[in-house]
Amino acid sequence: MPSTVVAGSFCYRRVTVGKLSYMNVVVCVKQIPDPADPGALDPTTKTLKRDGKLILDESDSYGVEMALQLVGDSGEVTLVSMAPNGEVSGLRTALAMGAAKAVLVSDDALKGSDSLTTAKVLAKAIGRAGDYDLVLAATESSDGYTGTVPEQIAEVLGLPSVTFAKSITVDGSSIKVDRQTEAGYDEVTCPLPAVVSVTAGVVEPRYPSFKGIMAAKSKPVDQVGIADLGLDAGAVGWAGAGQEIVEVVAAEAREAGEVIEDDGEAYNRIVTFLSDLKVI
Amino acid sequence: MGLFTEEHDMFRTLVRDFVEGEIEPHAEEWEASGMFPARELFPKLGALGLLGLQYEAEYGGGEADPIYQAIFAEEMGRMSCLGVAMAIGVQTDMATPSLARFGSPELKEQFLRPAIAGTSIAAIGVTEPDAGSDVAGMRTKAVRDGDDLLVTGTKLYITNGLQADWVCLLARTSDEGGSRGVSQVIVPTDSEGFSVSRKLNKLGMRSSDTAELVFDNVRIPAANIIGTEGRGFHQQMMQFQDERMVASYQMVGAMDHALQRTADYLKERKAFGKPLMANQHLAYELADLASEVDLLRHYNYNAAEAAKRGEDITRFATVAKLRSARLARKVADICLQFHGGVGYMEETWTARFFRDTRLWSIGGGADEVMLRTLARMDGFWAD
Ligand SMILES: Cc1cc2nc3c(=O)[nH]c(=O)nc-3n(C[C@H](O)[C@H](O)[C@H](O)COP(=O)(O)OP(=O)(O)OC[C@H]3O[C@@H](n4cnc5c(N)ncnc54)[C@H](O)[C@@H]3O)c2cc1C
Repeated sequence: MPSTVVAGSFCYRRVTVGKLSYMNVVVCVKQIPDPADPGALDPTTKTLKRDGKLILDESDSYGVEMALQLVGDSGEVTLVSMAPNGEVSGLRTALAMGAAKAVLVSDDALKGSDSLTTAKVLAKAIGRAGDYDLVLAATESSDGYTGTVPEQIAEVLGLPSVTFAKSITVDGSSIKVDRQTEAGYDEVTCPLPAVVSVTAGVVEPRYPSFKGIMAAKSKPVDQVGIADLGLDAGAVGWAGAGQEIVEVVAAEAREAGEVIEDDGEAYNRIVTFLSDLKVI
Repeated sequence: MGLFTEEHDMFRTLVRDFVEGEIEPHAEEWEASGMFPARELFPKLGALGLLGLQYEAEYGGGEADPIYQAIFAEEMGRMSCLGVAMAIGVQTDMATPSLARFGSPELKEQFLRPAIAGTSIAAIGVTEPDAGSDVAGMRTKAVRDGDDLLVTGTKLYITNGLQADWVCLLARTSDEGGSRGVSQVIVPTDSEGFSVSRKLNKLGMRSSDTAELVFDNVRIPAANIIGTEGRGFHQQMMQFQDERMVASYQMVGAMDHALQRTADYLKERKAFGKPLMANQHLAYELADLASEVDLLRHYNYNAAEAAKRGEDITRFATVAKLRSARLARKVADICLQFHGGVGYMEETWTARFFRDTRLWSIGGGADEVMLRTLARMDGFWAD
């Protein structure tokens, strides 16, 4: 029985056909400079230069894979991304993996957006993605590492937030999430729709197939600016940022390790070292 | 470069990631065991559509333009166990092109579809103990017996020989002799009378299984003839063009990677108080080789474009095969030389690269056979 629930600014729909359920998942994906090429900071803005070709953040490939597994043949994965210069290269990769469509927010006014603004923009973009049951994101991006956007999106959308998921199973109108912790994992049950952040490495992202690559180009990418999302230029970008990068300092260089010459008794030093660390 | 679309670039990334993720972690093990598990690897390649790029969609192929084939093979050439690249090349460009080009719909359904899916493994059986370069000297027979053929003979140096499910075999279907009366037939290896008589121990390409195959009165349906009976020699000559191009594409990727790795090493390794790379002689030698690789790369792309236009690429394939094989020997030799003693050690990639690349001046038509073809084509010939 199809049912549509409209609550606040979002709407979702679940279609249950016997035991099979139709599911739409939105995945927030970031397109980042290729980590293989040395990145550079802009000295005036103190942010990463992002004007070259961007690729799909590897951290997000896990969310895409998890979404594709969750929807299987009965549902759709929609990508949502905010990137400069109408960049779609990273989106194409995720579309080639099997996502159905994408919403791309690209607007010069967004330069300098902090993580809360990013979350607000993505939340609006998610609203354009159509009906959805679940929003996935990576726990953190590989170029920014704030690790806060998914939770902020949940707050903006007024949805429950589950973090550090290592697996998700759908059970009717709720999900069961194994949530990674330092000691092991928590089992969390959460009603849908929800926003879940996915830990890197928990699934094996598929390779896009040749056919997937060929199909990706014709999949719809809905490119929008902030006006399309009903946002005001003064509320986003540098103007809207409630956060400022004051200084960037180089990380402390690692100190050289201690070299122990083995005189036949070196193992004692190693044992002492490990027991000092309380490892043994 | 205007030649490549965004899809071509994405495709290259896919193949590079596949080689990194699915082949490289096993390279040492496969080299040591003298074989790679085609039955595990090929279905993975097939599922991604990589084994039938150029073939009809009706049989699971991708109907891709030949530039994809070039990209695929270049990336295969970057792997550290080139025997596996060769074995994959046999499946995609050496044992199946004739079947795709001339095979009946039934034959394609039965053999091409699973080859594209990677669920069946193909081999190409041309060379015999007494007929290598001189293919027309071959003796293996396929004699009519009602609706069947009885195949008898021996094929030597057959890649995938231990693992193949079927062989695209060149055999005599009449007594006309020479290049006449020869047909291409498909022989399933589960047929009675088929046997692998020897697994061969090779200088290089050790991750690839090479075998001697014996056919002792093997009964196959006459419907297993690919294309026209008696036209097998001509069909095989066309199939050789695909084989030679794929060898050349692979060598471009292989050499490119080798020069890069050597440059990386020369920047690290210090002698006489500075990195080895600071020696102009070494730097210029690498630059010189890189320029030759570049010429070959673009020659290859021209060949792929010609193939895309449906032109006969015999001359392209002959030149590309000759130049790539000779250049690969030079590159392998210099990369090893510039590594010094460590380059001579089995633990360093240069040793295997040296052994592996050496094949291509022999396999798929020796350099001298390429020269013979070119000499004739260009009129440098007298009887
Ligand atoms: C690792 C490996 C894998 C192989 N895989 C396959 C396979 O899958 N299927 C298959 O059918 N075959 C395969 N071959 C066989 C390969 O194609 C032949 O070895 C090659 O064609 C040369 O034939 P030959 O070995 O009989 O050499 P020969 O014909 O005996 O020639 C020996 C040498 O004589 C010279 N020569 C030959 N003819 C001329 C000429 N006209 N003018 C001047 N010089 C000449 C060349 O230098 C040549 O190398 C493989 C070989 C190897 C080593």
